[in-house]
Amino acid sequence: MAEPFPTPASVMKRSGVAALEERLFSFFDNRRRRYSAYAILILVSLAIPAVGDNYVLEILANSFFYIVLCLGLNVVVGYAGLLDLGYAAFFAVGAYTTGILTSHYGWNFWLTIPAAVAFSILAGVIIGGPTLRLRSDYLAIVTLGFGEITRIVARNLKDITGGASGLIGINRPSLFGLELYQIHHYYYAFFVMVILAVFVSYRLQHSRLGRAWQYVREDEDAAEAMGIDRVAIKLYAYITGAVFAGVAGCFFAAKMTAISPETFQFMQSATILMAVVMGGMGKIPGMVLGALALVLFPEVFREIGSMRMLVFGLVLVLLMIFRPQGMWPERKN
Amino acid sequence: MSILQVRDLTLRFGGLEVISRLSLEVDAGGLVSLIGPNGAGKTSVFNCLTGFYRANSGDIAFNGASILKLKPHRITRMGMARTFQNLRLFKNMTVLENVMSGMHCRTRAGALGAILRNPAQRAEEAEIQRVADECLDFVGILEHRDRLAKNLPYGDQRRVEWARALATRPKLLLLDEPAAGLNYDEKERLMGLIRRIRRELNITIFLIEHDMGLVMRISEKVIVIDYGKKIAEGDCTTIQNDPKVIEAYLGKEEE
Repeated sequence: MAEPFPTPASVMKRSGVAALEERLFSFFDNRRRRYSAYAILILVSLAIPAVGDNYVLEILANSFFYIVLCLGLNVVVGYAGLLDLGYAAFFAVGAYTTGILTSHYGWNFWLTIPAAVAFSILAGVIIGGPTLRLRSDYLAIVTLGFGEITRIVARNLKDITGGASGLIGINRPSLFGLELYQIHHYYYAFFVMVILAVFVSYRLQHSRLGRAWQYVREDEDAAEAMGIDRVAIKLYAYITGAVFAGVAGCFFAAKMTAISPETFQFMQSATILMAVVMGGMGKIPGMVLGALALVLFPEVFREIGSMRMLVFGLVLVLLMIFRPQGMWPERKN
Repeated sequence: MSILQVRDLTLRFGGLEVISRLSLEVDAGGLVSLIGPNGAGKTSVFNCLTGFYRANSGDIAFNGASILKLKPHRITRMGMARTFQNLRLFKNMTVLENVMSGMHCRTRAGALGAILRNPAQRAEEAEIQRVADECLDFVGILEHRDRLAKNLPYGDQRRVEWARALATRPKLLLLDEPAAGLNYDEKERLMGLIRRIRRELNITIFLIEHDMGLVMRISEKVIVIDYGKKIAEGDCTTIQNDPKVIEAYLGKEEE
């Protein structure tokens, strides 16, 4: 919808990047073009293992894994507007569920997934139940605390989690008699996970529940006045995010065959959150971009050695100054 | 029969008594106005009724059931909707999405329904959209349904709020200064709309308003409060001639 009286500011904003974005959006407004673009993306992704070497596949599988985590955290941070600084805790719950059940009790990998989902939901309720009554800043601090508690519990429950040295010898999953051990197996497994996560995110976003998250994010009191139970709705977002991370954690454990508490440090939570903010909160393509940038940047700039994190930080700062909405553009209406 | 019954409602913020032993009744199908000078506690009364403030003592009965200890969303679900004094729209969402929020408490699809899009969920979404469109049409801004709420002129934003409140399918509608910031024409249309809400939708209306002309033209009963206490109650003529009301608004004449 064009503004009837364009203000100077909005005229200026139309130039350059913004104009390009607008043209991109209008180009992809056509449903057939959009679906063709998706199809090309999927076909290219499926074809990469035929041409790429193990290094490329490893990096891309890692990116896929972070895409799923970002999409999960996006439900919490992007859709519901809750600042969560302890997201790695849920990822840990999934990874440890698979690790413990396969190595101690000999469970089949695929059976550990529903178990991980159940434990993620439980963890979401335990952590979210008392904390989601709090608002913004307080919530961030408490989630930070819970994230650390989860990691420290994993380090100290020696008999179950293997303590600081972690769990080793996690069974490789097999699918129709094929054991998943090569990198391209995991490339495809993670790719399927990404497709599922995108699908679920999209459906949730465009539903009664997704709208309720957005109402609560925009104005908690008004949402409450419209008959929305804000605590329950936030808990729903928290649990959904937990399930994404839990399932991703299962596959992480299977791929690495070893996990230790140090994987789930605060830096992990912060990194995922950074990718979400960088990509553009609340936007699914933004999550894909954010996760790709997060994994690819340090790899591409490997040559400049230890300087690369400094450069990465600088890029981030500049991005936040000139593009606070994230890399993926906001749709204008 | 009264749809809303308030008995001895008292609300304190620390040592300050904002509402003291206030009792009032709103008849089903009626149109009652709550007036009073600035700071008299009118909006606090509304916040108590809708569960945003927890009153210290007294009781509020809605349709015969006590709602004193209920959370705001439960009260809305029971059929009491409100608008805010300062607009509280979901600014970055479309007009339609804003109004759809009202149907949230009348529907139930969860995460599984959203992911699977089963027939029940699809039927429910269609129903939400139908009711939202109906409400938008009722307040006369259906043509703006796909615009972002923040891009609408002020008068139309007000109407989005009314449509949103109507979409919760209330029995009682609380309007907090509905005419604030509206021009003469818009006020006339507001009065027409309020009458239609009563007549066509059968909704009881309880409103706070500063525009005395508007209050006197549409109210069946007027309740006046000052310093959290009720100082007068009755029809428009009674109120206009009540010495206590005149004193509260204009001050006392020096002897």
